[in-house]
Amino acid sequence: MEGTLTSCSPAVNPNIEKPEDMVKTGVLARFQNFLRKCLIAVISYGPMPNHIAFIMDGNRRYAKCRSIQQGAGHRVGFFALIANLLYCYEMGVKYMTVYAFSIDNFKRDPKEVQSLMQLMEEKINELLEKQSVIDKLNCKVNFWGNLELLCEPVRLAAQKLMASTAGNTGPVLSVCMPYNSTSEIVNAVSEVYAERREMLQREHDGDCNGQAVNNGVHPEISVADLDRHMYSAGCPDPDIVIRTSGETRLSNFLLWQTTFSHLQNPDALWPDFSFRHLVWSVLQYQRAYPYLEQNRNLAKKQL
Amino acid sequence: MSRPAIILKLILGLLWVIIHLTISLFNLWSLLIYNLQCYLISSGLLRKYQYLHLDRLNYLAIVVDSKEAKNTVKIRQLLSWLSTMGVKHICLYDIEGVLKRSFEPFMNGSKDEKARESLDIGASMNHSHYGYKNMVIDCLSGSDGKEGIAKAADLLCSTYFNGETHGNGKKEPKFTEADMASALKAVGCGGPEPDLLLMYGPARCHLGFPAWRLRYTEIMHMGPLKSMKYGAIVKALYNFSQKYQNYGKLLGFSTLNCSPAKSMNSF
Repeated sequence: MEGTLTSCSPAVNPNIEKPEDMVKTGVLARFQNFLRKCLIAVISYGPMPNHIAFIMDGNRRYAKCRSIQQGAGHRVGFFALIANLLYCYEMGVKYMTVYAFSIDNFKRDPKEVQSLMQLMEEKINELLEKQSVIDKLNCKVNFWGNLELLCEPVRLAAQKLMASTAGNTGPVLSVCMPYNSTSEIVNAVSEVYAERREMLQREHDGDCNGQAVNNGVHPEISVADLDRHMYSAGCPDPDIVIRTSGETRLSNFLLWQTTFSHLQNPDALWPDFSFRHLVWSVLQYQRAYPYLEQNRNLAKKQL
Repeated sequence: MSRPAIILKLILGLLWVIIHLTISLFNLWSLLIYNLQCYLISSGLLRKYQYLHLDRLNYLAIVVDSKEAKNTVKIRQLLSWLSTMGVKHICLYDIEGVLKRSFEPFMNGSKDEKARESLDIGASMNHSHYGYKNMVIDCLSGSDGKEGIAKAADLLCSTYFNGETHGNGKKEPKFTEADMASALKAVGCGGPEPDLLLMYGPARCHLGFPAWRLRYTEIMHMGPLKSMKYGAIVKALYNFSQKYQNYGKLLGFSTLNCSPAKSMNSF
C-alpha cells in the first residue's frame, strides 16, 4: 500500500534509510511516473472529466480486514485522498470533491467521532504548513457543510485553511464535512429568504422615501436562485461520482448537483483506490460521455 | 501543428481507440455471461433466486431514459413482471415526463384512496396515480425534482413573509429539513423514499430524480430498456435483499464481511 503511494509524489514519500533502496526506489519511481504520464496522455485523447466527486467509503472495513485499529484505517484513507488529489491534478481534473463526514455520522460511537475530529484537525493543520501538497499544487480548499456543528478547533482550522488558500488558482479540493445534501438545500432556502427579505426591506425604505415600489410581493423563487446559494456555487456539477466499496447509494451526497453525473461504485475500499482504479473510472466515463453530454445540452436548451 | 505533433496525436488516438475496443470486447464477454445467468434465473435453475424476500422493499423506483420511455410496450411488460414478483408500490420517473403523459389516460380511472392514505401521501399530490393489478404506481418527472424543491422553498418563504407582514415578529426563521419536507408535501412533491431504484438507460445516472426522495436509495443500473430481462430484475431484487444499511451508525465488528462485493457496514 505504501509502495503505490510513494511512487506518486515525493511529497508523500516517507524517509528512506538505505542508499541502495533510495536508488532502486528512485529508478522504479521514475519509471512508474513515466508510464503513468504515458497512460494519462493516451486517455486524455478522449473527453476528460472536469470534476470528480468521491464518497470515501471503506476505511473501517479496510482496518478490520487488516486487523489494525479503526483510526489507522481512516489515516490510510487520508493518504489515499492526497494520492488521488495528485493523480487528478496530473490528469487535468480541476475540481475534486470528497465526502469526508456526513451529518448522519454524528450518530456513530462518540469515541470514533472524537478520533475522527482529532484526525481532521491534525491533517488540516498539516496542510496549512508551507511545504504541504496543497501549497505545492497551489490548491484551493473549500469546506462545504454546516461548520457550526464542528467543534471549535476543527472549525477554526478549516476556516484558516479556506482563508489561506482562497486566492489559489490551481486545482480545487472541496471537502464536505459535516455535510448532507438536504441540509445544503435547506441552507440555500434560508439564504434566499434572507436575500429576499433584505430586498423587500430596501424597497420598503424606498417607499418611505417616496420612490415607486411594487406591492411588497416577492418574485417566485427559482431553481437558479437556489443554485446561487448552494455550497457548490461557482463550481461545475460533478462529471463522475465514485462511491468506493461497492455500495450503490448516494447517502445524501450532492443530490442537487448530480442530475447528469455518471455514478460509479467500484468494489475497491477507499484506502485501496489507486491510480488504476481512477483510470478505469475515467475510461467508463468516456464511454458514457456522449449520452451524458447530449442530456446536459438538452436540459440547457429547455432552460 | 508540426508534423511530429500530428504523428504523436495520431499514435495517441490509435492507442486510445485500441484501449476502448479492448474494453468493448471485455464488456461483450461480460454481457454474454450476464445474459446466460439471467436465462438460468428465469428458467428457475438457480435455486437461490427462486424465493425473493421482498419484505424490505416497500417502494421501488424505476428511472427510464426519456427516449426509451416512449416504448410503452416494454414499460407495460416491465410493470407486469414486477407485479408478478409481488412488488406493491412503484414510482416511474423520466426527466421529460413521457411516462406521465403515456399513463395519463389511465389516471382518471382508479384513484385508490386507501392506498394513498396508507402511504401518508398528502391529499394535494398532483402525480399520476393509478392501480395496476394490485400494484400502486406513481409517475414523476423532472418538474417534481429541482422545480418541485423551488416551489416548496417559495411556499415556505411566502409563509414567513406573510407572517412578518402581519406583525408576527421579525425573528429570522430557522428552516429545518422537516419544514422543507412539509412544504414539499404541500406542493404535491412529497411521497415516500424508494428503497431501490432501477435505472434503465445507456448510463448509470439518476437524471434528476427528486433529491428529497433519493437520500438512501440503492441505485442499480439495468442497461437499456429494449434489452431488459426478467432474470436481471430478479437478480437485482435478490442483491437488494442481501444489503444492509446502517444509516451512519456503528455496527459490531462481528457483522463485517471483508469481501467488498458483500459489504455490510456502511456510511
